[in-house]
Amino acid sequence: MAHDAATAPGTLEPGKGLQGFVADWSSDQRAFKKVPWGKAMMWIFLLSDTFVFASFLVSYMTVRMSTTVPWPNVSKVFSLTVAGQEVPLLLIAIMTFILISSSGTMAMAVKFGYQKDRRKTALLILATAAFGATFVGMQAFEWTKLIMEGVRPWGNPFGAAQFGSSFFMITGFHGFHVSVGVVFLLIMAAKVWRGKLDTEAPGFLTGRRGNYEMVEVMGLYWHFVDLVWVFIFAFFYLW
Amino acid sequence: MSHAQSHEHTPAAPAKLEGQAHPISVYLWIWGLLFVLSFFSYLVDYFHFQGFLRWSLILLFMFLKAGLIIAIFMHMAWERLALVYAILVPTCALLVLTGLMSLEGDYTFHTRGAYFAPAVQEAVKPH
Repeated sequence: MAHDAATAPGTLEPGKGLQGFVADWSSDQRAFKKVPWGKAMMWIFLLSDTFVFASFLVSYMTVRMSTTVPWPNVSKVFSLTVAGQEVPLLLIAIMTFILISSSGTMAMAVKFGYQKDRRKTALLILATAAFGATFVGMQAFEWTKLIMEGVRPWGNPFGAAQFGSSFFMITGFHGFHVSVGVVFLLIMAAKVWRGKLDTEAPGFLTGRRGNYEMVEVMGLYWHFVDLVWVFIFAFFYLW
Repeated sequence: MSHAQSHEHTPAAPAKLEGQAHPISVYLWIWGLLFVLSFFSYLVDYFHFQGFLRWSLILLFMFLKAGLIIAIFMHMAWERLALVYAILVPTCALLVLTGLMSLEGDYTFHTRGAYFAPAVQEAVKPH
């Protein structure tokens, strides 16, 4: 009386949709079925990071609402003079397009990773890192420009003092995330290029065996950095 | 025969890992859409839209972009509902925080107006 493979415990095909949701959470095995733990943990980390960035943005909203001094004209503060003409938010727009492009190359790197196309994956991750580094470089330029114009965390010549502290805090924390991402992208590109994911070689830090899911987990972090920028762009630069 | 039997009795393997496999055109389309949406939100500022039109457009483009990134680039659209809910539902708490802090900010603003009115008048000048 052999077990029917479909009903044997542990091999049960989990249900889909709302039923699957209830079944997953009420089971005492693993909640996230068919989700590699690395991916689930990255998502939970990103959730916590969401709260960090949301705290920054909410505190920015609070100080901006409560200040009695006019907020600086952001469109003007971040304008660039091109050929004698002032173009509002030009640098920020370019940074936005660069970060979106880096997300595009990252998504394709994940795709080629699952196809086990080592070469294309590594090159696309490298392109992503290059876009990210460009973004950080432009942010450094922007910071320099504003600091030269007298913007400080405790005050600035354009209006409400809270502008400086919000700006340095929010963009600084985001820029830090991008920088960390670039470092990890370079490490990942090297791993992919050397074929460490194909041979399932243990990583130098955690000893985890290499596989192409790592590229997707890395991609999740990178897309999150882009996602946060969407909110910063809307609330800080456009509002 | 014996091979088949031994296979049947192997303990349940850890969940089979499934890679995300989608045609590359999906990503290129989303990439293009994100460019267009970003361009539109830039135009909101460029044409100096003000008031309700401004912030409704900013929010619209923001949520569309965020949705595309999460759903397609981060593959949320293809994840199991258990994971989707675990990530998306807690973020709703942020709406509560935003609501509370906007009340708080408004209150602080009016308190400052009531107690430091001269400073307010002094500060409000064109820039």
